[in-house]
Amino acid sequence: MNRAGRLFAVLALLAGSAWSAQAESLIAAMSSHQILITSNYTGSQLTVFGVVERDGRTVARADPYDIVVTARGPRRMLLVREKERLGPIWINRTQRRFPDSSLFLTVASNRPLSEIMSPETALRERIGLENAQKMKDAGLDLDLTTSRFQAGLIRILEERGLYLAEERGVTFLSSTVFSAPINVPATAPTGSYEIDIVLYAGGVPLARQTTNFEVVKSGMEQRLASGAHEWPLIYGLVTVLMALLLGWLASVVFRRD
Amino acid sequence: MQIYLPIAELPISILTVLGLSGAVGFISGLFGVGGGFLLTPLLIFLDIPPAVAVATVAAQVAGSSTTGVLTYWRRRALDFKLGGILVAGGILGTVIGVLFFNSMRRLGQLELVITLSYVTLFTIIGGLMLTDALRAMLRVRAGKPARRKRQAGTHPWWMGLPWRMRFPHSQLYCSVIPIATLAIVIGFIGAVLGVGGGFILVPALIYFFRIPPAVVVGTSLFQILMTMTGATLLHAMTNQSVDLVLAILLLLGGVIGAQFGGRAARNLNVESFRLLLALLILSVGLRFAIELFIPPSEPFSVVTSEGPR
Repeated sequence: MNRAGRLFAVLALLAGSAWSAQAESLIAAMSSHQILITSNYTGSQLTVFGVVERDGRTVARADPYDIVVTARGPRRMLLVREKERLGPIWINRTQRRFPDSSLFLTVASNRPLSEIMSPETALRERIGLENAQKMKDAGLDLDLTTSRFQAGLIRILEERGLYLAEERGVTFLSSTVFSAPINVPATAPTGSYEIDIVLYAGGVPLARQTTNFEVVKSGMEQRLASGAHEWPLIYGLVTVLMALLLGWLASVVFRRD
Repeated sequence: MQIYLPIAELPISILTVLGLSGAVGFISGLFGVGGGFLLTPLLIFLDIPPAVAVATVAAQVAGSSTTGVLTYWRRRALDFKLGGILVAGGILGTVIGVLFFNSMRRLGQLELVITLSYVTLFTIIGGLMLTDALRAMLRVRAGKPARRKRQAGTHPWWMGLPWRMRFPHSQLYCSVIPIATLAIVIGFIGAVLGVGGGFILVPALIYFFRIPPAVVVGTSLFQILMTMTGATLLHAMTNQSVDLVLAILLLLGGVIGAQFGGRAARNLNVESFRLLLALLILSVGLRFAIELFIPPSEPFSVVTSEGPR
């Protein structure tokens, strides 16, 4: 992959874009907008490139620029269950529903989030795994068990490689040009992903840019998956016939008498 | 070497799957059990979604039992009359089982039901078989015949119930009622646990009906072939969770393993056959018991709801 060449193309594109009315504006682009799943797919990596553009009249800021990139995958209703002791055995007793939860979440920043902004800003701007995971209209939650369940959810998805907090995931190539690699593991679901890039200075959000990419099956994988859904009877019959054929073939091949 | 599974939606190592399915196929050919009760938990352990694992294993079991059925048929060790009754009863049991399965899923306790059933079924059946096999071995050591010979006119009471039928292949003259009941129970358990039920059918036919082990294995494989063919079709049509790529890999390993298993079965004497099958079933039961009784290191679990997003 020729990353430098791509970066150059992105920068050339950015040079022609219009000036924003604000003091700073943020322009970002991705190395690719589509991840194709083929039979040898084992995950993929995308890179977000961006430039902080400054209005000519803006005076230089005392605080350095900070970038936070949040990538969110397709949303599902997630059920989190907790095992509890009942007599001698451990069973699932309580369950919490987390509607509209992303199955994939990466929060990348150029330095630890606690150094970039206050916890209040992070909460308001929905920055960081805990805040980004919450659904949009989750009001003030007084139930302490919910946060225990949420911590469990984040811990499990982090172990599966689907949730990731990268404190050094954004690299400044110059004082205004940055890049951030986004790792998409093979277990990440198919569907559309959105990437939210926010520029901070001194703990205050200055500019925001959104982009997206999608993960789709291609070739034989796509045909098989759509075949299973569009012609279930034929798909089932093909599977059964293939199973019987292979079983028969084995008994012919291995027949000795 | 990795390959992407289009329905399970994750890549998997080809060698791992071939090795697993080969080993399970060997056991399947050796004992005349489908092997689903071993393969399904193993696939779930490899992160394959449970629904995909259950549905795809059904296809694999259908394929590997085909090989066995053909082999036993050629050796005339297959009782189609008995097999037909088992299949008919099995279908009825499956329907009842699916209804029970769905109602437990609505109550949210499906996982507990499955784990508890595995533990109780496997430890009880495995334990009973183990004590019996050990007792038979001791009798052989002591110079007595392994089992009391069947004598004319002596049979358990359930064989003497009304509607007695002759099963010449199985050397059996028995009422249809206990056979059909057994078939319904196995269909029910199979639907709830997503297994073929061979591991219950084989010992039940040996112990309760005293059918020669060779015929039991062939007939059990025939019943498994029929049920699993139906199950694959039903899974493909109702929840689209059969993964064709995974099925091919499992079949390749499974049919080859089953060949060697079937060959090894001929060199195995009946007593060690029983002892090994008992140990196998018992260890699966204990493995699930550990899950139930040991405090979990991660008390939480996350599942994606199938319902509205």
